[in-house]
Amino acid sequence: MLDLAKSRWHPIAAAHDLPLRHVFHGQLLGREFAVWRADDGYVNIWENRCLHRGVRLSIGINDGRELKCQYHGWRYSNRTAGCTYIPAHPADAPARTITNRTFAAVERYGLVWSAEEPQGEVPEVSGFAEGKLLALRAIPVNAPADVVAAQLTGYRFQPSGNIDGSAAKVAVEASNAFSVALRSSEGDASTLAVLFVQPVDSNRSVIRGVLDSEVEGAARLAVLRHHNELLSRLRVAVEAEAAREPAPAPLEPIIERVSPELAEMPEETTHGRKATIRVQVTRKWSAADGIAGFELRPLKGLLPTFQPGAHIDVHLPNGLIRQYSITNGPGESDSYVIGVKLERDSKGGSTCLHETVREGDVLAISEPRNNFPLRRDAIQTLFIAGGIGITPLLAMAQALNNQSLGHELHYFAQNQAQLAFPEKTKTLGASLKPHLGLSPDQTGAKLREILSGYGPDKHVYLCGPGPMLEAARAIAAEMGWPETAVHFEYFKNTNVIDDSTSFEVALARSCMTLTVPAGKTILEVMRDAGIDMPSSCEQGACGTCLATVIEGEPDHQDVYLNDAERKSGTKIMTCVSRAKSARLVLDL
Amino acid sequence: MTETRCKDQVILDLWHPLAALSEVPAGVVVGTILLEERLSLACDGTGKVAVWRSRRDLPVDGPVDISAVAGTLPVKLAYGYVWTSLGNPPADIFPIPEYAEADRRKLNAATFGVNVSAPRAIENFLDMGHFPYVHTDILGAEPHTEVKEYDVEISVDRDEILATRCRFFQPMASTTSDGGADVDYIYRVPHPYCSVLYKSSPMDETRLDVIAVFLQPVDQEHVRAHMLLCVLDEDNEDKVIKRFQQTIFGQDKPILENQFPKRLPLDPRAETPIRADKSAIAYRRWLSQKGVTYGVIPAAT
Ligand code: FES
Ligand SMILES: [Fe+2]
Repeated sequence: MLDLAKSRWHPIAAAHDLPLRHVFHGQLLGREFAVWRADDGYVNIWENRCLHRGVRLSIGINDGRELKCQYHGWRYSNRTAGCTYIPAHPADAPARTITNRTFAAVERYGLVWSAEEPQGEVPEVSGFAEGKLLALRAIPVNAPADVVAAQLTGYRFQPSGNIDGSAAKVAVEASNAFSVALRSSEGDASTLAVLFVQPVDSNRSVIRGVLDSEVEGAARLAVLRHHNELLSRLRVAVEAEAAREPAPAPLEPIIERVSPELAEMPEETTHGRKATIRVQVTRKWSAADGIAGFELRPLKGLLPTFQPGAHIDVHLPNGLIRQYSITNGPGESDSYVIGVKLERDSKGGSTCLHETVREGDVLAISEPRNNFPLRRDAIQTLFIAGGIGITPLLAMAQALNNQSLGHELHYFAQNQAQLAFPEKTKTLGASLKPHLGLSPDQTGAKLREILSGYGPDKHVYLCGPGPMLEAARAIAAEMGWPETAVHFEYFKNTNVIDDSTSFEVALARSCMTLTVPAGKTILEVMRDAGIDMPSSCEQGACGTCLATVIEGEPDHQDVYLNDAERKSGTKIMTCVSRAKSARLVLDL
Repeated sequence: MTETRCKDQVILDLWHPLAALSEVPAGVVVGTILLEERLSLACDGTGKVAVWRSRRDLPVDGPVDISAVAGTLPVKLAYGYVWTSLGNPPADIFPIPEYAEADRRKLNAATFGVNVSAPRAIENFLDMGHFPYVHTDILGAEPHTEVKEYDVEISVDRDEILATRCRFFQPMASTTSDGGADVDYIYRVPHPYCSVLYKSSPMDETRLDVIAVFLQPVDQEHVRAHMLLCVLDEDNEDKVIKRFQQTIFGQDKPILENQFPKRLPLDPRAETPIRADKSAIAYRRWLSQKGVTYGVIPAAT
């Protein structure tokens, strides 16, 4: 019976058990759920256990977009249940695969349904018109579900239209181990009641009744009270009967183990430039002058969890691969929204997206990667965006805004019409500070003003055109900002790459020595040798192909590392940088 | 040998705390539970204490002359508590040398019942990452949530876990300044169910306050937590010092009671550790190596 129960849909809550920002403690077949509705309406049914240290998520906080665990503040995204932030390590992006177990959720007949391993659909009740039903108060019963269901076939009640009568005829229209459909008629009045039995555990059930018609006002109360009384009486009888049998042992649901990688908290493990996800362009619009917005929805399943600052590779119909930051706020997990600026000197990437790609088209994208992680332990965070550099910072600002953490978003553009995604920036209120039509000198002066007053626990995030980033970084350094507090992301690497050198690369962990000739990159040589190495922009801007240097002197040509990281000589971007020494030893 | 409900010889052979000596009335039987066994204890007012398996003829709350009680269990008085063992205990209880320093205040801050296993409670005691969330504005405050790198070792000669160089931001870190600052911590786990913490003293920068938690395993999923304070504080009344620790403990209790499973899983794949949990990872390994099975879910072998 219980195997059967696993594959069936059962009601686990009434829709009204999930009011705004609440987390409901649900149970089915011995398993506990944390059930919560996000502000976008999506109902999440999760294993009631934080993956970190097992604390019940039903005591967590539903902020409308994410569920936050009470113990160490880990945040899990609406829909995917992927972890988006680990406060104990604010500078790291959490491994994307930390994902809580989710269960299917369907709302129907005023109830929320779930199943351990669902087969088929939520049971169809003929005669039930969605939205015109009345859900009764749930009645818990300490007895096995099939015992309860069997007793319910003898349930006698009055039709809603003749609640004070006493001569109703009740007929069983259908019944099985988990539900009973009864029709009560007296005179002209007739009511269909379906009583679903939720198997909470081997010896515990909840009766969730639904009537086929709504009742308004005082009559509604009378109907609810009528069933409440009768079902409570039935409960007493069923429990007395069940108590005569020895209680079956409680069910022991299997809690899945986390993957071996997670048990060790490893580095990210995505490799190569793989476009594993197919998305459809469900909306394309003008997000600002010269900037197109794209809404990308998965063809099937859910999109992976993203963190603010993350980007995706978009594989274009013309064969090019381009990186775009995800602009979404936290919990907006049903689609990715990106912004694409039409570049005057486009090599075909932005032109293709602007001119060729249309709504309805299917594109291949990579999983999101986050090489520009946002710390959330700052007292004050400054975001400085130039033009299309707004995109990653917009996601970040929305995340801090959602957590009420202090921030300002300084947005430099030529004019009002160039400010992208007004519907998103609007939600930021006064923290959005547009600076329009400034000359380079005026921009410098404004940056000076913004960056004055460095203090401990302040952080600044920069994204925009190269010259503006150079200026902002120089000013920040001048004004006393330590490098560790200045975070930046370049769109592209405009350095002229010198690939004329040739040198040797030893891979310490793979016990391999390779020769990098002039004209080839370390990354290419490693790939030729069969080493699977992740990469994305392949021009030293995005940070994906980073490797650790154990020995030798790197010749940095990227724009990802900051000066301190360069000087330390311990990191290298393998897609563009080379060696000054004859030999490099990498920790790969 | 009496049959015991707990079959874990490692745990049976340990010394376990039962009560703060200062709270045991003289000449009266006090009842308690250790490892699912009903025990009774009493003292005579001159510092002598006896512990025995509860008996009908010596009912709880009744009078007793302890010199006349036969068949008693081993007893030790240490750090202000009565300790006993159901197995063959070692000669000594782990050392806390600071306890001997004359200028320290020593008190039992509280004895609290908690519906959780002893190892889960130890992990909570070792954990700094929860300060801003559970002890908001006392031991931590958002957004200062970072757990900085620290060192952990399992000291072989002393058979204990030692976590050093631990620092965490604390609002109002000292009574002399009102701003927040990083506070230093050292943690020791010298006993599977006991831990000792050293923390910068707000009164004297050069010395450390000592706070220890001694867990009395009532059964695999229930403990009585005895909290020892051994601090430098000449100004505050006992009740003020105690109230502070009780507040902290009261905040941890509901979280601990909502951990699932209640016993500590030793399978590395049961939960997801992060670098901040280094000391907890060492603790779980240490328990596994010792072969502890009580209060834990052993890793499948
Ligand atoms: S147990 Fe949930 S964040 Fe640590
Ligand atoms: Fe705590």
